[in-house]
Amino acid sequence: MTKTLRAPLLFLAVGLLYVLVGLTQSWTLALTVLNDGLIVAIMALGVNMQWGYAGLFNVGVAGFFALGGLAVALVTKPLDAAAWAAGTPRILIALLFGAGVIYAATRVYRAMAPGGRRTLAMTALLVIGTIAFRLIYDAPVTAVEAITPAATGNIGGLGLPVPVSFLVGGIFAAAAAWAVAKTALGLRSDYLAIATLGIGQIVIAVLKNEDWLDRGVKNIINIGRWPVPFEIDLQQQAWFIALTKSWGMDVQSGSTVFVGACFAVLFTAILLVILVLAELSLRSPWGRMMRAIRDNEIAAEAMGKDVKRRHLQVFVLGSAVIGVAGALYVMLHGLFAPVSYDDPLRYTFLIWAMVILGGSGNNWGSVLGALIIMLLWDEASSVGANALTYLTTAMPDGVIKHHLIDNAEQMRLPAVGLILLLVLRFSPRGLIPEK
Amino acid sequence: MVDFLNAIVALLNYVIVPATSYGAQLALGALGVTLIYGILRFSNFAHGDTMAFGTAITILVTWLFQGWGISFGPLPTALFALPFGIIVTAALLLGTDRVVYRFYRKQKAAPVILVIVSMGVMFVMNGLTRFVIGVQEQNFADGARFVISAIQFRNLTGLDEGLGIRTTSVITVVTAVLVVAALFWFLNKTRTGKSMRAFSDNEDLALLSGINPERVVTVTWIIVAALATIAGVLYGLDKSFKPFTYFQLLLPIFASAVVGGLGNPVGAIAGGFLVAFSEVGFTYAWKKVLVYLLPTSLAPDGLVQLLSTEYKFAVSFAILVIVLLFKPTGLFKGKSV
Repeated sequence: MTKTLRAPLLFLAVGLLYVLVGLTQSWTLALTVLNDGLIVAIMALGVNMQWGYAGLFNVGVAGFFALGGLAVALVTKPLDAAAWAAGTPRILIALLFGAGVIYAATRVYRAMAPGGRRTLAMTALLVIGTIAFRLIYDAPVTAVEAITPAATGNIGGLGLPVPVSFLVGGIFAAAAAWAVAKTALGLRSDYLAIATLGIGQIVIAVLKNEDWLDRGVKNIINIGRWPVPFEIDLQQQAWFIALTKSWGMDVQSGSTVFVGACFAVLFTAILLVILVLAELSLRSPWGRMMRAIRDNEIAAEAMGKDVKRRHLQVFVLGSAVIGVAGALYVMLHGLFAPVSYDDPLRYTFLIWAMVILGGSGNNWGSVLGALIIMLLWDEASSVGANALTYLTTAMPDGVIKHHLIDNAEQMRLPAVGLILLLVLRFSPRGLIPEK
Repeated sequence: MVDFLNAIVALLNYVIVPATSYGAQLALGALGVTLIYGILRFSNFAHGDTMAFGTAITILVTWLFQGWGISFGPLPTALFALPFGIIVTAALLLGTDRVVYRFYRKQKAAPVILVIVSMGVMFVMNGLTRFVIGVQEQNFADGARFVISAIQFRNLTGLDEGLGIRTTSVITVVTAVLVVAALFWFLNKTRTGKSMRAFSDNEDLALLSGINPERVVTVTWIIVAALATIAGVLYGLDKSFKPFTYFQLLLPIFASAVVGGLGNPVGAIAGGFLVAFSEVGFTYAWKKVLVYLLPTSLAPDGLVQLLSTEYKFAVSFAILVIVLLFKPTGLFKGKSV
């Protein structure tokens, strides 16, 4: 197999696998998996920018992804006048005040000479700042959360169109990434990994607990979509009923397939735009500089490249891409459920497996890896159960047999782990190696 | 005076006793991370899942013992199932080293590659644990629940506040002290322990003086298996066992190891207690203690809780970042590769 043909053939093979799912199981399932796959492919592009281009070890992916989702809720939900009257402005002022205290603390740290007086000044500033922050913040939060907690109980949103939220999702994640990068990017690789893991967990903890912001564990439902229509509206249209008839499907499953296909087209388009931009940047002088920095930081620095700044730049960019993916994910499911992000294996480490499998540093590889691993992940429960049922036919019926079949879905974790280990060992450059 | 005593008892009951046993559990976990970092020179992301696996095996053996009707009076059965858990975990870790890590060691791969490799191992172990025991929560503590219960304490002393000391807290602290003493005796007094320290300090010189690296690595994995399983079982006895919770412990454990200085065993222990006390201190509602200490006119309205308990990770993380920024090698001198 020649090198030029390798990537197209691999993509073709994976495409056929998705078609096979459609033919043997159902098209609804195939499209569900494909849509999940396209979204994680965008995530994988973001991780690849950070790791593949620049060698930055980010395992807080889930946090940036969740922030992108939060943007959809805050941008598209209608303005909540009652909450606004009860205290939304005061909460925002409190948050600004908190940020101001932290900024002041960093200024004090820089301005004063090291020693006991600086420590004292910093401590005093932070303690007084925290108390003042709580005095401004606590009352309006309680007030906002008290407004019809069963239905809203949060600050609502801005009532803007859905596509705006894709952008805002990216901006949210980028802003968080900037704050992380400012504190942690100077750290050594595995320290950076631990630090980003912590940031990711904290972001999710905040989303789970701050009810005034996003209703926490109560979730935000009924999120709009664009430009894809809702199934329920389609089912009323005469032309659509006629169309499904011509497919030989009932209206219900016809609408699900149609909507799934619409999403797939939209996500593919967005994925391709990001992919093309990523490829262009990788081939530009900027991309060559990034790789030069990755391969030899000291040499690049000696050539006058500002390593720290470039790292910050690519970290923010990659996180923004992850944020966009997070926004799309929430739109696809019409639901923002903060609790669901509390699964770093699924939302962080799985993405890493995709990037490594596809080939670190290669954007097409990341997309391919994402599509393969997502298929494996989503199919593990059904195929795994079938396989174990088959494998255990000879076994006597009993607790152990049931235990094995019931837990078949868990086999996807070791499967992903094995893939990761095998790739690292035997083909460390991945399926489509970096050029 | 009585108020003051009540305050002390409340402080002991809600802060000091729970934080001490949690700190001991973190310290044991961090010791494992720090040993791997010192000898094998990478941050092991699979450590939380190693703890989960060891605990799962111990729970299975515990159930077996309980099925046979074996019990150990006031002590939890799991304590006696522990050696079996350690043996199986050690076998798993040595097997993993043989088929996975050794290849990269021979290649002298960069530490960051080993971290990614450990992510792969994490997936496998996590799935293995869930497959063996399921994802549900398991309570496997048996034996006596309390050394002294809050009601007994109140009746005994006549104070308003009760001090309940659970058997698991005592067992945790006693076991941790014994394990740490044994570990330090091993590292400082035995030939193998000394060779491990030499290898950790300066690999080239250690190799030059005839130390067998594979032997050092093997012993390290066995010790790590023991530490991880003990830490996991103690945590499970004290709270409960759930694979996902153990995965989440990774953050406070890393924080403890880094705060103390990676590669430094004394630092790991100090770090464990520092993180545990900060987590409990920041998330405890201090009202209960303050009402005894302050005059009634000054009694606090709110709970005087700095952070909700859900944010305990934020505390470990904040400590981690502050230490990394201001003292990158940790409070006790650690190493950096």
